[in-house]
Amino acid sequence: MRSNLPPQISRLVLAFSIFIILFLVARHFLSPASFGKYGHYRADVLGEIEKTEIHYAGQKAFYECHQDVQDLKSQDVHAEIHCETCHGPGQKHISSGEAADILKPSGREFCGSCHALNAAKPKGTIAQVDLKKHNIEKNCIECHNPHQPWALLK
Amino acid sequence: MEPLYQNLYEALGHVQGYIFPNEIDLQWGILIVVYPFITGLVAGAFILASLERVFNVKILKSTYQLALLTALSFLLVATLPLISHLSQPQRAYEIMITPHSSSAMAIFGFVYLWYLMVVLLLEIWFDYRHSMVVWSNEKTGAMRWVYRILTLGVNDISPRTVSWDRKLGYIITIVGIPSAFILHGYVGFIFGSIKANPWWSTPLMPIIFLFSAMVSGISMVMLIYMVINYFRKQSIKVEVLDSIGKFLFFVLILDFTLEALDQIHRIYVAEESFEIIQLLVSGKLYLTLFVSQGLIGTLIPLITLAFLQFYKGKIRLRKSLYFIVGILVLIGVYSMRWNVVIGGQLFSKSFSGFTSFKVGLIGIDGTLMAAFWLLLPFGILAFLLWLLPPWKMVEAEE
Amino acid sequence: MGTVKMSSSRRKFLKTAAMLAGATVGYTWLKSSNFLLYGAEPKDKSLPWYGIGIDIEKCIGCGNCAKACKKENDVPLEPFYFRNWVEQYTVKNDGSVDIVSPNGGIDGFVQRVPDDDIFKSFFVPKMCNHCAKSPCEQVCPVGATFLSPEGLVLIDEKYCIGCRYCVQACPYGCRFIHPVKKVANKCTFCYHRVKKGLDPACMEVCPTGARIYGNLRDPGSNIVKYLKEHTTHVLRPNLNTGSKLYYNALSSEVR
Repeated sequence: MRSNLPPQISRLVLAFSIFIILFLVARHFLSPASFGKYGHYRADVLGEIEKTEIHYAGQKAFYECHQDVQDLKSQDVHAEIHCETCHGPGQKHISSGEAADILKPSGREFCGSCHALNAAKPKGTIAQVDLKKHNIEKNCIECHNPHQPWALLK
Repeated sequence: MEPLYQNLYEALGHVQGYIFPNEIDLQWGILIVVYPFITGLVAGAFILASLERVFNVKILKSTYQLALLTALSFLLVATLPLISHLSQPQRAYEIMITPHSSSAMAIFGFVYLWYLMVVLLLEIWFDYRHSMVVWSNEKTGAMRWVYRILTLGVNDISPRTVSWDRKLGYIITIVGIPSAFILHGYVGFIFGSIKANPWWSTPLMPIIFLFSAMVSGISMVMLIYMVINYFRKQSIKVEVLDSIGKFLFFVLILDFTLEALDQIHRIYVAEESFEIIQLLVSGKLYLTLFVSQGLIGTLIPLITLAFLQFYKGKIRLRKSLYFIVGILVLIGVYSMRWNVVIGGQLFSKSFSGFTSFKVGLIGIDGTLMAAFWLLLPFGILAFLLWLLPPWKMVEAEE
Repeated sequence: MGTVKMSSSRRKFLKTAAMLAGATVGYTWLKSSNFLLYGAEPKDKSLPWYGIGIDIEKCIGCGNCAKACKKENDVPLEPFYFRNWVEQYTVKNDGSVDIVSPNGGIDGFVQRVPDDDIFKSFFVPKMCNHCAKSPCEQVCPVGATFLSPEGLVLIDEKYCIGCRYCVQACPYGCRFIHPVKKVANKCTFCYHRVKKGLDPACMEVCPTGARIYGNLRDPGSNIVKYLKEHTTHVLRPNLNTGSKLYYNALSSEVR
């Protein structure tokens, strides 16, 4: 049976077929490996994100060396507060063992970030203090051991 | 990096009310204003061309090829502002390789490809094939081969084959009209589907974009017709302008109606975002919305076009008025894109405040870059008009 | 030259077969692309499906969560990039609402409105809601942001093209473009920590226990207990994002 397709159509079908095949080949080579395994994303990225460097070590990591502080802290109102809440990220300190690699915060401003008087703080959650009036000359930790705040030093 | 932070610190000083901390910087800038403007011109120019072909509007015959080539020039540039605004442009190919089917942006890559290859290029090819075969026989040297390649080797110009050109071109035009609607409607959908942004989120968005696109495309073709004929020292036929002007008039009325409907609905329903949007529209967006888009871009052209429907007097005056209307409409449509894109990002998603926007002159997101993308299509059009001159086309013998 | 006529029964058969084939292909394509059948189903039931709880009645606005997040995840310290932040709402006696978040709350808050003018005031920590029907995941054109098998919305920094569509789509404002990496960035729920059994940094440092999280599938987990014991709200419920961040005592002023 003689094809009575006009030459335009046969030529265009050929041209488009070549284009589509080239596109599919490019797609095959350019698609990243592991794409689509769990969903429309590169499954390998989950492993890559897991390898992100950790800066906060987590509460339990400090018990090994500082159990004494933990014992002290657990008897007073700061019992539930994790070490790194005040001391900042501690992973570096754990790796190196150096005191310089972790914060030892002090100063009224620092304690005030939690304890300064503010009408927005829910009542009963935390002891609030008017920093403009309460022992203005002193540093908080002169009287309050941060690990045992109510065992006042004076 | 320092200048980036400097600008942001400055912007921090201009914040009004409360914005979410991450919202200080606008994510989509002037390039994303330019992009829907360009695709709008494509859709509009194509639909004008289709009017001649499908509805046999004979008077527009002289603008048919011009409209198609204008559409192609702008279409070739359309994706460039998008790719240049990406912060990882070298990865742009990923949209075609692993498109996320739920993302309107990803689907657009294929809508664009379809429109470029199956609609626009094919329609131009079918229309020009006969002339290109003749030119490939007439010319010598490199140009002979250029036209040979463009014909894709289909050199048969027998009456039967040429009649197929016409039939197939007609089919492509029919397919092309909804394709053009989808091409630019999709851009509207990209904004309209963002439920997080109440300025964008409306089912009317694709339709509003489409009608303002048609308005801009028609105006652009009208202006190009006048400018090309002026430079070629050909007469600018006022009947052609009257015909284009009539379509422009009616589409502009529809466009205005749709935009008004969107705003009236918004005002009447007064949802949670209403108060902040009211502040936006009466404040930061006042000039670009009421003056630029509304007055200059819509109202004055509407009144002028209405006048021109009845006034058939001084030809020179009418031509000048059409020219001015064309420019004003383009200003209006550009302002509309600005109002949608920039306006939608000026207010916070907390509905409690505003950030500010300053367009730089240089840099990838600057005015110069935007101007470049807007002017490049004209350069391409000049090239296409040299390569495929509509006035030198060879009519096939029947 | 005539054309061969097909018998009508054979034509009918072919038509039905084609329709069935098309429907099967269409359905499998739709199902796999999650396009219309939206609403993520956790596939691997052995993994936890994380939910988050923030108790506004316990938040004291210390800003430790916002500070720790930046330190843990190398987020630039400039006040324009936050994976999480704290807002302070002050509803005044005249009915107006004052909302502030100075540097995301990292440096804490200073009371600006005198006590006499305050009707009520409270802090609201914000973070990524890790939506089960995430609009940011829906709009990503390349698949650079996705819902992990644990129900966390993550970003593939090597694949993101920086189109910023996701930033536009997030109703909570928790995404930004990293100024150095030049890709989208947001709370990862410290994925690198939770996979090792550690708490996310923001949870680690909260002094009042206002932030909790857990496995929504485990009836004994603290998040499930929290949901049972409190009246919880999500932000922007009308947008149907499937937010898994449940607030206790969320006041009507909060957006």
